Amino acid sequence: MSNPKELRYSKEHEWLSAAEDGVATVGITEHAANALGDVVFVQLPEVGETVTAGESCGELESTKSVSELYSPVTGEVVEANQDVVDDPSLVNSAPFEGGWLFKVRATAEQDDLMSADEYTEFSGS
Amino acid sequence: MSNAPRLTALDALHRSLGATMTDFAGWDMPLRYGSERDEHNAVRTKAGLFDLSHMGEITVTGPEAAKLLDYALVGNMGTIGVGRARYTMICQADGGILDDLIVYRLGDTEYMVVANASNAQVVLDALTERQAGFDAAVRDDRDAYALLAVQGPHSPAILKAVTDADLDGLKYYAGLPGTVAGVPALIARTGYTGEDGFELFLKPEHAETVWQALTEAGQEYGLVPCGLSCRDTLRLEAGMPLYGHELSTSLTPFDAGLGRVVKFEKEGDFVGREALRAAAERAEQNPPRKLVGLIAEGRRVPRAEMQVVADGEVIGSVTSGAPSPTLGKPIAMAYVDAAHAEPGTKGVGVDIRGTHEPYEVVALPFYKRQK
Repeated sequence: MSNPKELRYSKEHEWLSAAEDGVATVGITEHAANALGDVVFVQLPEVGETVTAGESCGELESTKSVSELYSPVTGEVVEANQDVVDDPSLVNSAPFEGGWLFKVRATAEQDDLMSADEYTEFSGS
Repeated sequence: MSNAPRLTALDALHRSLGATMTDFAGWDMPLRYGSERDEHNAVRTKAGLFDLSHMGEITVTGPEAAKLLDYALVGNMGTIGVGRARYTMICQADGGILDDLIVYRLGDTEYMVVANASNAQVVLDALTERQAGFDAAVRDDRDAYALLAVQGPHSPAILKAVTDADLDGLKYYAGLPGTVAGVPALIARTGYTGEDGFELFLKPEHAETVWQALTEAGQEYGLVPCGLSCRDTLRLEAGMPLYGHELSTSLTPFDAGLGRVVKFEKEGDFVGREALRAAAERAEQNPPRKLVGLIAEGRRVPRAEMQVVADGEVIGSVTSGAPSPTLGKPIAMAYVDAAHAEPGTKGVGVDIRGTHEPYEVVALPFYKRQK
């Protein structure tokens, strides 16, 4: 698998896109999706809610476990991916694309985000 | 003793298939190869191939093998016909369940007891202790066997392609020695999935040959390798208990709704008889809790040890829970107060991280195959 170069990554295995008009997209990495197994339920932050970098803002449930979703960025949620709520398997099949989770009008980022190469080394895949 | 996990004879093969491995009762076992939901659905609709070599085989032989097992276990082992198998339990003197077992009668004076990996040593120790005074021997055969299972509606066709054994004559819960892919195997029509299927007890050095032969024969039938993750959801849908979840030393078979495995009418004494009599009466007259099925109305998944609630009171506890691929909803098994155990009971929920999610109480199993 390869982690897209244009994204940055957190130690909690979220990815963050570069902001467009101040809005950045958040998802979980393919490495995280593979580790979870089939995702069956996602709870996303609601539009208008403020998320805080490094803090839990939702959950991802798979066959075997439930995991907290951490935001790599601080700001107001402007969109949550309803497609993923309706079909959580998108997180497994397209974690970097159709399986994105939410968009944030970012005011601050987690300060230890990694590049794709750094994340590949960090996660071992 | 080393703490390194034990590896099955197929360890390298699992890794080459890209399996996600997990520690299970001290063994490094395949959890899943790809999507556990796809593996689950393959077993329900086509076929799946499992490595279950972590299961613990114990052989009991001798003129009084049947007598020993009748004393040591709660079931009637003397009445098992040669070539047949039975689901049973081994209990403590106080009636608490030490393990649930499948016992195969291989001959007049030879039985194979198959224990859960997590309890194999406990069962071996108990049988060895209970053997005193009987003309019978208890042998640890855990390392003597690899165990493969091919499960699902296409499993008879797949196995037929690699054996001359009379599979049509092999009934559910029967086992016969035969040849599979040119090597000797004990072929049993048993499983833990709720589907038709077979379990093959082999010498470990033959495991890879048989795995490959089954994989090849299974190709046209949609057979896929399957890990323990889908085995758990398959057995949960089929309402089958798992030791450490629905069964424990603090429960008797009657508490678990499985009192039928206890045979008071058999000859002679057996370990736990007196305590189990009392447990049977309690379960009949004043059951504290009952094992039920729960089906979610929402999408959050119940997990073991979560509390079952009604009217703001805790009325029980989840023992196993998972998203059910067949039902498309989260399901659970739970022990709940008898007053709330009737199927259709309203107002029952599971406390999932502080939120009371609504659940429907149903009778087990969740899934029964059409024969």
